This record gives sequence, structure tokens and C-alpha cells, in this order.
Amino acid sequence: MTPLSAYLLVAALLFAVGLAGALTRRNAVLVLIGIEMMLNAANLNLIAFWRFGAHPEQLTGFLFAIFSIAVAAAEAAVGLALVIALWRHTRSVNLDEQTRMKG
Amino acid sequence: MTVPYSWQYLPLLMHICFAIGLGIFMLVASWFIGRRRFSKVKQQTYECGMMPQGDARGRFSVRFYMVAMLFILFDVEGVFMIPWAVIYKKLPSLGCSRLFGFWEIVVYLGFVAVGLFYIIRKGILKWSDDRADL
Amino acid sequence: MTLDLLHLMPTDLFRILPEVVLTITGVLIMLVDASLPPHVDRRNLGWLAALGTVFALLASQAQLALLQLAERTGFYGTVETSTFSIFFHVLICGIVLVTLLIALDTLPENGHHKGEFFALITFGAVGMCLLTSAVELLVVFIALEISSIATYVLAGYRKENGRGPEAAIKYFLLGSFATGFFLYGIAMVFGATGSTVISEIATRVHTGGHPGLILLALGLMLVGILFKVSAAPFHIWTPDVYEGAPSPVVALMSTAPKAAAFALLIRILYGAFPALQPIWTPLLWLVAVLSMTVGNLAALRQHNVKRMLAYSSIAHAGYLIAAFAGAGNTGITAACFYTAAYASMNVGAFAVVTLISGYEDELPLIKDFRGVLYRTPVLGGALIFFLISLIGIPFTGGFFGKFFSFTTAMGGGAVWLVLIGLLNSGLAAAYYLRLIVSIAQKPEGESPVPPVAQPIGVAVSAALMLAIAATLVLGIAPGEVLKNAAEGAYELMPHSMQMVNSLVFF
Repeated sequence: MTPLSAYLLVAALLFAVGLAGALTRRNAVLVLIGIEMMLNAANLNLIAFWRFGAHPEQLTGFLFAIFSIAVAAAEAAVGLALVIALWRHTRSVNLDEQTRMKG
Repeated sequence: MTVPYSWQYLPLLMHICFAIGLGIFMLVASWFIGRRRFSKVKQQTYECGMMPQGDARGRFSVRFYMVAMLFILFDVEGVFMIPWAVIYKKLPSLGCSRLFGFWEIVVYLGFVAVGLFYIIRKGILKWSDDRADL
Repeated sequence: MTLDLLHLMPTDLFRILPEVVLTITGVLIMLVDASLPPHVDRRNLGWLAALGTVFALLASQAQLALLQLAERTGFYGTVETSTFSIFFHVLICGIVLVTLLIALDTLPENGHHKGEFFALITFGAVGMCLLTSAVELLVVFIALEISSIATYVLAGYRKENGRGPEAAIKYFLLGSFATGFFLYGIAMVFGATGSTVISEIATRVHTGGHPGLILLALGLMLVGILFKVSAAPFHIWTPDVYEGAPSPVVALMSTAPKAAAFALLIRILYGAFPALQPIWTPLLWLVAVLSMTVGNLAALRQHNVKRMLAYSSIAHAGYLIAAFAGAGNTGITAACFYTAAYASMNVGAFAVVTLISGYEDELPLIKDFRGVLYRTPVLGGALIFFLISLIGIPFTGGFFGKFFSFTTAMGGGAVWLVLIGLLNSGLAAAYYLRLIVSIAQKPEGESPVPPVAQPIGVAVSAALMLAIAATLVLGIAPGEVLKNAAEGAYELMPHSMQMVNSLVFF
């Protein structure tokens, strides 16, 4: 197994774990964790493709990863703030109980 | 003789085995050598010499979350300065200004400073001021 | 990029001037908001935001001067100025301006988070504008996130009402879920082609191998973007979010981020993956049919006006995708035109709904709209006008939008798609008419519920007039806008200009 495919495999597994978490969990925070894992799997891919790609001297993948980490942090901050706002109203962060709107 | 790439990790493996072995040896040795006396105080949860109180899974104030989140945000904002610092000497000049790279980071830090100013003015960092509405 | 290439031109800053103007406006709003004492009303910050948006609009117009230069891109090939980007810049700035005007008069007095509201709208506009001129995937990703994060927060702006946070959390979780797919797709396309510049990707897709990786990348990126435009089967969030978010915000997020995302979709499909057109065209036709049908069928069963309009916006996303999926240049032209027409009528419709239902949605149901035409003829008439345009009756923007969409889809060889589209238009007329009938009915009993916003404020009247004027102009004299759209499409894809010429005789 070449190093690149090993990294890609790990990233794919991480993505799958995150996806499964985001789809099956009912707690909003745990869903958020799953989504963050998906983003980090993509970061791992970017780094691996950059490092083992044709032009590692161009920092494209590396820079992309830095920016996406920053974006993910901003997203997590917004997400947790929304979870708190939700908690204030329902005393629950269980997504199955959020059924004020239907149709 | 060519050595497989993974053999480079052999010292690491040996180190891990030794560390785990030492830990097990010390535990087993103290089990055999030492004397055992139990009392109520000795069975308590250890908490840095204080009397432990309350439940370990108690809730924290949401303020801790705010500070932690702000820390993360400023942390990743700091990350952007590292690549800048690394190539600072090689940064180009825009027009006539040789200091273009410098002013660029000043603009960036200006945005960060605006964020900090906003946070402080909105009272997020005031621990005593307990408003329900963050 | 190697370091000897690092030469910034002063024109580079000119290429992002609208974004710069909007950013400065947003930062100013933040600073003033934080400096004012807590109890002072922040309404005037809305005027500041509107002023900044007008300047951004003028800046986008001024960018036409850049088209004289041979070079189209700036910042090392990451940002492009073209008639295509300018078309969408003007459109998005216009939508944001109208939204701000609506919000100025309908946000409650002494809302203590008003400053944040205006700052977030301005920052969201930065992301949307940047999204339409970005030609490099890192900038695309950042722009997409700037606009998304701002709209996530805005969706939950009514914190006191339990529906606000619920809508926001649904939007946020599904949105970042889609972002995860999009980013993974970007990583894949970077791995397959070794580049994140859209034009370079196109050439390397042609030459280099890894077809499996590229297909996977295309699929993942499509999931991310189709979510943003709320096309079926990625539309689940739309009705709940539109119901829970305040109506002025819905006016914005049902149009501006969608316009930006459509620009991105067109750019990625025709810019990066033109070689795969035989694969994505049928796929998008399928999405279009699904969006139209699901949207219209679900809208038929709604009792809540905002939910009905939400499903109708899903259907309109379907018509829009049908326009450009198969027909190259003409398709892009039709899609750009449809975006403009849809934006003007939908913003207008939500402006009226805000005024009739009230900021807290006190009168949300279709039956609550009964007799509006008698109580406030202006509002009732305006809403009927926008609904007629949404149906697609001649002399409104909606008619030409649908007309161009269906003719280009026909030209692209999808007669079955056009037939389904026409059937869907008939279906859609049913639920729009239901609302129109409700508005035009005589109020029953002696105690009609008074409309909430009385008298109608200056700002929101200006917003309504702008929306009505835009819808009328697009419906009576579409030539100018169509010409601009065609120029943009031609610049994006410089083949088959003669097909465009066949459309521009209007």
C-alpha cells in the first residue's frame, strides 16, 4: 500500500464515521461532532494529496487545509451558539423533539 | 542490505513495550511487596487535598463555553500569521511600498481587533455581569 | 504558486472593490453598534448598511472599466471580473438593498440585536458577491461559508420565538453537512487534477486520468451546491427554515444566496467539468423534474403562506436548473435571466408577506389573508401582482423567465422535460390562485383582523416599488437584462454565440 492510499483510506473511514454519526445521532452536539469529522476527513485528503502530489512545493493543499480549519472553527462556534439558543427554549438538544414546524 | 521502511519504527515499538512493561512491573511489585491498609479517607476520590464535593458530571456555566469558543476562534486566527511570518522577507511590493506585506497583516489584525473590541463591548468577557442574554 | 509570481497589481484591489466596500460597511456597523450604549435604537445602522450596499452596487458597475483590460483574473488567478460576475454582483447588491429597506421598517423597535442583524446581512452579501467572481476553489469555499454562516445566524434571529432557534439549527446542521460533502469533493478534485483553479481543472480533466475520482468529486460537489439552491432531493430544510426565520431574512435567503449558488453551479459545471456534460446533463434534468414536481405537489397541501412560498421556491429552482442543464450558452443566459426575474418577484412577495403577516408571523395562514385587498388595497394588489408573476402570466418577469427556460430546454433536446414543466406550471397556478382568491375575497364578519403594519413605512414602500418596477421591466422590456445575461454567458463559455443571438431579438 502506498502512503497516499493509506492516508486516503483513513480519510475515507473518518468521513464514513462522521457521516454515520451525523445521520444516526439525535443529540445536536453529537451531530455537530460528526460533521466536524467529515470536514477533517476532507482536510486529511487535502494534505495527503498535496504532500504526495506532483507539486508539493506549491502550498495549495496545505493552505486549503488551514483555511478550512478556520472555517470549521467558525462554524462550530455558530453551531454551539445555536444549540444553546435551542436549549433555552426547549430544555433539550434532542433533534427528534424539535417539531414545532411540520407540513 | 536493504531494510524495510517500517523497521524505522522498531525503536519506537521497543520503547512502548518497555514503558508498558515498567508500569506493569511497578504495579505488580507494589502489590506483592507493600502492605495494604484501607480507611474511609483513603478510599475517597482524590481531589488535590480538598474534601471532594458534588457530582463529577455537574453542569458548567455557559460562560465557560463562550470563553472556550472565543479562544478557539482567536487561536485559528493566529494560525494565519505563521505562513505570513515564514515568507515575510519574500513578500512582494505593491506599487512603491516595500512594506506591503506588513500592511497586509496590519489590515488582517485590524479585523481581529475589531472582533475583540466587539466582544469586550458586548460584555461577553465580564464574568460578574450575569445577563441571561448572551 | 511560486514566489516569483507574487506580483499584486493595483487593479487586483479594484477587482474585489464591491466586496471591500461591503466589508468596510459591515465593520463600521459592528464598531458603531459596540460603541453605542445598549438602550439606543440601532435603526440608523440599517441606513448605513443600505448606503454601503448602494456604493457596492456602483462599484460593481464601475468594474465594467476593468473589462477593457486583456487580463480577466486577479489575485493570482483566483478572482475574475467578467460581465457574468458583474451581472450577479448587481443582482445580489440589489436584493440586499431591498431586503435592508424591508428590514428597516419591519424589525421591531428597540430590538437590541439590530446592529448584528445589519452587520450580518452586509457580511453575508460579501460572501455572496465573492462567490460569483471566484474562480478558484479555495476562494469559492470561503465565500460560500461566509454567506452560509451569516444566513445560519440570521435564520435564528427571532430568538424569543421558539421557532427561530429550531429553524436555525435545522438549517445549520443540514447546511454544514452539505459543506462537508462539498469540501470532500474539492479534496477529490484537487487530488485528481492537482489544481484548484477552475479553468486548469477543466484542461486536466480532459487530459489526465483518474476518471473515477473526478466523477466522485463532481457528485460530492453537486450535493453541496444543490443543497444551497434547495433543489430536490436536498430541499428538506427549506420549508421549516422559511417558516421559522423572520420574513425579511427569508426575502434575502430565498433569493440572494440562491443566485450566488446558481452562479457557482454554472461556473463549476461549465467551467470545470465541461468534458463531463453528457453525464451531468441528464442528472440535472432529473433533479429539475424532481424539484418542480416535489415542490409543486407539496405546495398544494400547505396552509401556511411562507411554507407555500418555500415549496414554490423549490419548484422555481427546478425550472432554473432545467434552463441551463442541457443548452450551453443559451441555457446560461436563460438561467441568469430567470434568476433575476425570480429574485425580483420573490423578494417582493416576501416584502408584502412581512407587512401582512407581521414580523412575528401573527397572521401566517392563507385564510388569514382573506380580504386583504379590501383592507389595504395597495398590499393586496402588490401581492397579487407578485403571485401572478410567480405563476408566469405575460407582462411580468416570471413569464419571460419561464418562457426562456422552457425554450432553451427544448433547444437542449429535452421535450419531455418541457412537457413536465408545463404541467407543473399548471399545477403551480392552482395554489397561487388559492392565495389570490383568499386575498380578493370580501372579509367575512364585522371584525376583520387588521393588517399589522399600518401605516406602511417609507423604506419598505421604496423596497416594494423597486421590486414591482424590476418585475415589470423584466416582463415588458426584458431586452437589456437579457443582453447583459447573454454577454455574461458568452464570456463564460465563448462558443455558439449565434444561439444566443437567436434569443436576443426581444
